[in-house]
Amino acid sequence: MIANTHTAVTSGETRARRSFYWRYMVEPYFYLSPALILIGVVMLVPLIVGISYSFQSIALLKPFDTGWVGLENYAALWDDRKFWLALENTFRWTIGSLSLQFLLGLGLALLLNTQFHGKRLFQALVFLPWAVPTFLSALTWAWLFNPVIGPLPHWMHDLGLLSEPYNILGDPDLAIWGPITANVWFGVPFFAITLLAALQSIPSELYEAAEMDGASAWQCFTKITLPFLAPMIAITVMLRTIWIANFADMIYVMTGGGPANSTQILSSYIFTTAFRKLDFGYASAIAVALLGLLLIYAVILLFVRQKLVKV
Amino acid sequence: MSDATRRNPILMMGKFAAITFYLTFALFPLYWLLKIALTPDRLIFTEGTNLAPSEITFSNFASVLFKTDFLSYFGNSLIVSLGTAAVTTVIAAGAGYAFSRFHFSGKKIIIAVMLITQMFPLLMIIAPIYKIIASFGLLNSLSSLIIVYTAFNIPFATFLMQSFFDGIPKDLEEAAMMDGCTRFQALRKVVIPLTLPGLGATLGFVFTAAWSELLFALMLISKNDTMTFPVGLLTFVSKFSVDWGQMMAAGVLALIPSCLFFIFIQRYLVQGLTSGAVKG
Repeated sequence: MIANTHTAVTSGETRARRSFYWRYMVEPYFYLSPALILIGVVMLVPLIVGISYSFQSIALLKPFDTGWVGLENYAALWDDRKFWLALENTFRWTIGSLSLQFLLGLGLALLLNTQFHGKRLFQALVFLPWAVPTFLSALTWAWLFNPVIGPLPHWMHDLGLLSEPYNILGDPDLAIWGPITANVWFGVPFFAITLLAALQSIPSELYEAAEMDGASAWQCFTKITLPFLAPMIAITVMLRTIWIANFADMIYVMTGGGPANSTQILSSYIFTTAFRKLDFGYASAIAVALLGLLLIYAVILLFVRQKLVKV
Repeated sequence: MSDATRRNPILMMGKFAAITFYLTFALFPLYWLLKIALTPDRLIFTEGTNLAPSEITFSNFASVLFKTDFLSYFGNSLIVSLGTAAVTTVIAAGAGYAFSRFHFSGKKIIIAVMLITQMFPLLMIIAPIYKIIASFGLLNSLSSLIIVYTAFNIPFATFLMQSFFDGIPKDLEEAAMMDGCTRFQALRKVVIPLTLPGLGATLGFVFTAAWSELLFALMLISKNDTMTFPVGLLTFVSKFSVDWGQMMAAGVLALIPSCLFFIFIQRYLVQGLTSGAVKG
């Protein structure tokens, strides 16, 4: 076929076929290949190796007890009360963080899409939390919640939220809200920045035309803004859910999963199992379970996004 | 919409309240960080809940800068973050462009694979990656971190870039190609300038992600002279038995590059080049 194209360049049919071949087989991969190679070597190969760990006994503290064990790790998982507790906490942590981040982020993006004095400075300042390293923001919030050196318990006491100013990070019923607050603080700029970029790519003619036709601000929002934002919202929410569910740093630094495992989520449980107990096999089994759950979630959301894009 | 806002005093008040709320929420923890960094050690606990310290000292900053290895940690983090951001953005722009403009066999599979890479807990691959990096002899090198971070960030950056490319009408580059440009030229001269806000946003995201990554840096780097800032901060906790004033001072210093980068980046977001160009 390559020879053909050399000899008969003038033949319309061959040229069409060559450009077909070029456009559908070669050219896209010219743009894609660096990304594919890196992802393959750094993520996919280690992923497969990691999954294979979940069928093995690989505990560094028991070096002579390694080998294939079939589904033993999964059977242990099924009977593990801590696992089910961590699963429940993962839902609370993810839903709590995500919904607050999204609502505050959307509000911020809409606010930044209007005009007011000092907007540039305002934008630079409210995006700052995203630039703060997680480790550091977790520590800062842990300080803020500490009644000895932080103001928050005293404020919550004054508002009547707490009977006395104590550290909610030590209260099994409330502790999860500590890392959630820190996570919301850290994640709002992410939503705002993505949604703002999407907002700004909406052609302004649409709003001008709508205004001329006498549409109210609310109508503009529901008929123009939301439909245009919908694909971006879907993809951002999906990726963010997954990130939050996998995000152990905040919890690990602030509460270490305690008190009494009340803030232990699946990812922090993986971390503890792998790095405290050095049990890579069991840790991988938990990770595979989490991966399965997230896959199901993603398939559902992708389906929803496809519907939204078509409209 | 803006006219209505200007006329309606209640909406104006609401807007002002929202601005105040967001500013306070975003800045108060940072203020607290700065406050602790500036408070002399002996006052940290006694004046713990005061809004401002009665005395200010810069000794925490001085000792962090001159008595520890922090300048070297900063330098390493800067190299890793900038390198990761630049490489990721270029690669992701290519991949995002391919997703946005081409229909090709295997596209759905590749998208699915990229999504899966975003889904599994990274903790799961830390041991295999350690083995791979070790077998290439790249342990304790900054380039190993750049490679790993780049791979981690590509999928998200790609989807982000795809969304930005999707927002640019195909007609623009098709017109350029009619006029004799190759597709690559059209991409470079027509599409990329319009995507600058998107490229800027992507750079910003990747930079900050790389700047604060702790886990893999901890695993892959064990030598002091190639440690990045979060690892350095962690050694602070263990080495100096939690010297909070110094730690917070180090934290404040670590914020500076991220903040500068963000102030630079968000100019591209504000410009809103896309809608302007489509109009003209």
